[in-house]
Amino acid sequence: MKYVHLVWSNLKRKKVRTFLTFSSVLVAFLLFGYLSAIETALEQGVSVAGADRLMVRHKVSLIQPLPETYEAQIEQIDGVVDATPATWFGGVYQEPRNFFFQAPVKPREYLAMYPEFLLPEDQLEAWLNTRTGVVVGRAIADRFDWKIGDRVPIQATIWFKRDGSRLWEFDIVGIYDGAEQATDTAQFLFRYDYFDEARQEGARGNVGWYIVRVDDPDRSVEIADAIDERFANSPAETSAETELAFVQGFANQLGNIGKIMTGVLSAVFFTILLVAGNTMAQTVRERIGEIGVIKAIGFTDRQVMGLVLAESLVLAGSAGLVGLGVAAWLISAGDPTGGAFPMFFFPPADMAVGALLAITLGVAAGAFPAMQARRLQVAEALRRK
Amino acid sequence: MSDTNGNIVQARGITKNFKRGAETIHVLHDLDLDIPNGEFLALMGPSGSGKSTLLNLIGGLDRPDTGSMEVGGERVDALGARRLAKWRARHIGFVFQFYNLLPALTAARNVELPLLLAPLSKKERRRQVETALKVVGLDHRTKHYPRQLSGGEQQRVGIARAIATDPTLLLCDEPTGDLDRTSGDEILDILQALSREHGKTIVMVTHDPHAAQRAGRTMYLDEGHLTAERPA
Repeated sequence: MKYVHLVWSNLKRKKVRTFLTFSSVLVAFLLFGYLSAIETALEQGVSVAGADRLMVRHKVSLIQPLPETYEAQIEQIDGVVDATPATWFGGVYQEPRNFFFQAPVKPREYLAMYPEFLLPEDQLEAWLNTRTGVVVGRAIADRFDWKIGDRVPIQATIWFKRDGSRLWEFDIVGIYDGAEQATDTAQFLFRYDYFDEARQEGARGNVGWYIVRVDDPDRSVEIADAIDERFANSPAETSAETELAFVQGFANQLGNIGKIMTGVLSAVFFTILLVAGNTMAQTVRERIGEIGVIKAIGFTDRQVMGLVLAESLVLAGSAGLVGLGVAAWLISAGDPTGGAFPMFFFPPADMAVGALLAITLGVAAGAFPAMQARRLQVAEALRRK
Repeated sequence: MSDTNGNIVQARGITKNFKRGAETIHVLHDLDLDIPNGEFLALMGPSGSGKSTLLNLIGGLDRPDTGSMEVGGERVDALGARRLAKWRARHIGFVFQFYNLLPALTAARNVELPLLLAPLSKKERRRQVETALKVVGLDHRTKHYPRQLSGGEQQRVGIARAIATDPTLLLCDEPTGDLDRTSGDEILDILQALSREHGKTIVMVTHDPHAAQRAGRTMYLDEGHLTAERPA
């Protein structure tokens, strides 16, 4: 601790240079935070996907409907515990950019399928007693400042009503929370029976996909094959897969973006390493005479090396940690895209990786100049002053 | 620090050469030197005669090519880098021609530097810094940075830094070389007082005969040889 003022006074010596280097590192870690949150948003569905859940969709594509009669047939297959339907609604709230997931579901079955959605019992009762009732996740409730009792109009883009109108009105009867930080709390769930009765005649009796719970996750593939076999050669053949594979399929479409981001981040950190390393090398070059003096006074080579490394660590490390802190604070304000990333947060594990990276950067940037300072011969350094 | 036959410094057969490209420059040749404890010795000689090199060898900043350098009974030339650094911290105080204060530190912090290496509490360090600055008459300038001090004042801070740990041997390389006569005299007064009143052994390299007169003995270096007489 008695050497702290030495490190600090050296950093204060060239304030502009220190500020610029500090800012560069800070911005790099701010970027790290944001890219980490974006990557998490893209992959979160995969990481939280239930191991015991299957997704059953039409073999051709997700937009082809399946008959609602499949539910009972799926539940008869060996190994299936429960099945429940969901359908992509794709409506617009106020304006198209207000994107969020909307689906008609069977309340009890759906919530039983997703125990990570935490809805108070009285709100579930209210949902069951209100045909136009909707339960929304905490994230979108906060986003649109919705409260229980609010009426929410949604303009349909796919599912028109029997009278030809596109306007669907829902009453908010519940707000669910996530059991974990990664739980998707940006869903808008309304009753399937209301939806099915109100939509146009020709479309009734069809659903988008089924979510199926199996009794043994190790048998998921076998059960998925059994489901597909059950509906083989029917007018609506199915494609069953684990939820993990289903979500991974979506994520893979964006997989290259993740790789690009990793590449960008690597380039940024390499550049920052050069910037910070150059700053430290320059400070050592400028202080060769001073290093000679403190060695003459009696500082050992190791102590001098430690001082240079400490300086680098304080500069890059503190800038990195401040950058991570600022990133965490900004990211905590939520999804900056207005809905594209419902699960937008800075994972603590990535924060820890960032902190480690900041320390590594500090050491790496100071390593070469510190070795130079260590090797410097006293008499030579005093002559070069 | 123990001494050898009453001599705090005993150099025997010291040779030092430097390489400059393919050329070898012979700086010191088979040099012997004894410095008694408490002596104020001036080393004179023309530029390039090896005065500073000899000072560096005595202070353990450099090693002789051949010969032995004993300071206070310790074979300085045989110590490893780490032990040598610790030895310097305990026994040697350096005063440089261009003061060599750390510009980012205040006068007090500069004086405190060698004390950081000693097992002292913050309070003890502060007390020793005050004492050292008082000895050089700068106890009212503790919070000033080098750039806020005159050359003479900076050199006094340099001396305070050199004596802060109460070293046995004070090595001064042209301590008045960058100062006007008045400031130089003030510095020499301090060095003389340290020698006479505090019994410090001082080795001072200088070009200036006026400065050398303040020392108890003057020796001359010429073409790598040490003599008691000024060379013709």
